[in-house]
Amino acid sequence: MEAGQAHEEPALRLAGLRRDFGERTALESVGLELCRGETLVVLGPNGAGKTTLLRILATLLRPSGGEATVLGRSLPGEAWKLRGRIGYLGHEPLLYRDLSGRENLRFQARLHGVGRGAAERRIEELLRATGMRRRADERVAELSAGMRQRLSICRCVLHGPELLLLDEPDSNLDAAGRELARALIGPAPERTRVLVTHDPERHLPEADQVLRLGVGEAAVVS
Amino acid sequence: MTPTRAAFAAILAKDLRAELRTLQSLPAMALFAVTAFVIFRFGLDRTSLSGSLASGVLWATLLFAALLGINRLFVAEREEGGFDAIRLAPIDRGALFAAKAAALLVFLLALELVVVPVFAIFFLDSAAALGPLALVLLLADLGLAATGTLISSMAVHSRARDLLGPLVLLPLVVPLMIAATGASEPLLALHGPDYHRFGTWLAVLCLYDLIFLLIGWAVFDFLLED
Repeated sequence: MEAGQAHEEPALRLAGLRRDFGERTALESVGLELCRGETLVVLGPNGAGKTTLLRILATLLRPSGGEATVLGRSLPGEAWKLRGRIGYLGHEPLLYRDLSGRENLRFQARLHGVGRGAAERRIEELLRATGMRRRADERVAELSAGMRQRLSICRCVLHGPELLLLDEPDSNLDAAGRELARALIGPAPERTRVLVTHDPERHLPEADQVLRLGVGEAAVVS
Repeated sequence: MTPTRAAFAAILAKDLRAELRTLQSLPAMALFAVTAFVIFRFGLDRTSLSGSLASGVLWATLLFAALLGINRLFVAEREEGGFDAIRLAPIDRGALFAAKAAALLVFLLALELVVVPVFAIFFLDSAAALGPLALVLLLADLGLAATGTLISSMAVHSRARDLLGPLVLLPLVVPLMIAATGASEPLLALHGPDYHRFGTWLAVLCLYDLIFLLIGWAVFDFLLED
């Protein structure tokens, strides 16, 4: 019953969402609803609060005001129930430099409670899909920024998240890398995505909704 | 929710693997301790130490060597995004505290495996005290690991972490060091180990360990919040 009800809920419901850092307001009055399987593209200049919004949705930051419901769970009170259901691809790859790519993915799989056999199969599948299989046993510190981004995409989707939060996912990727990544984090009927980008030409065609954030201006949803 | 035991094992294994691969903490800790013993040996101009002096030399050296490891305990989590990765996972954050404290405990025990024999060669006439001393070392290490993990997790967010960590940690471990030196002093007596008030000091060490392990487990979740 509860699962059924949760499924009918929008993936995201935000109302008057605000985040302050001291006296500075980084994010002001964001309100929207996003259905499951839809893509929200977030646009705005540097400092408009795009990454802040994504970090709030990922439960990494607490909102200062307003309401946020993610996958039927209210933030920040029920944040702990959301962890493991979100795939977050931020500016940092969230990979340990002294471990290999494969070791990093195994570590993430264990943290997310993915069984050993299933984790190995999934890791192999993702490494193949991102073209990282041959370099997977090298230390992350020895890889290029583009290769780290490919591994980071593997990390983001490893545990089969219901909601993808993608902060400039094409960063450091070459054309081939972008195409490979599209299969894992691109638009698909079963994927709900919030995508921050500075490349609207590429990503606007994928958008079901667009959120435009401005520095010191109210957010606009279209 | 991932079982706490599985999360604990994953984080501990990750930390030990990273240290084995990079040797960023242990060699520096061991080098510091051995250098300090050499300085004490020539500075005090003594080939043999006993009682409170031996105990003081041993624990002052171990404490400051431990600080090197404590300062680095959360650097990878801070600089490589490990905190975020762990906060995104469906795990009890207490598992991170327990795993980091266990990793630090392993580092301290490995350090002592190397430097306590050096201490014995430099300063002790007999190795008879080393057996019971191992128990004191283990209990004091447990306290240092719990307190060090707690303070290191707070200090790592500051740019002045190398200064802040010791500043906060050192006053907190004074009771631990008093108990450790108190327990070690009769063991290192001139005419062989004596067990006067040994049990009392061990009880103090156990109490300290229990208090800081419980505090660490209880407050660690809040320390990870933004």
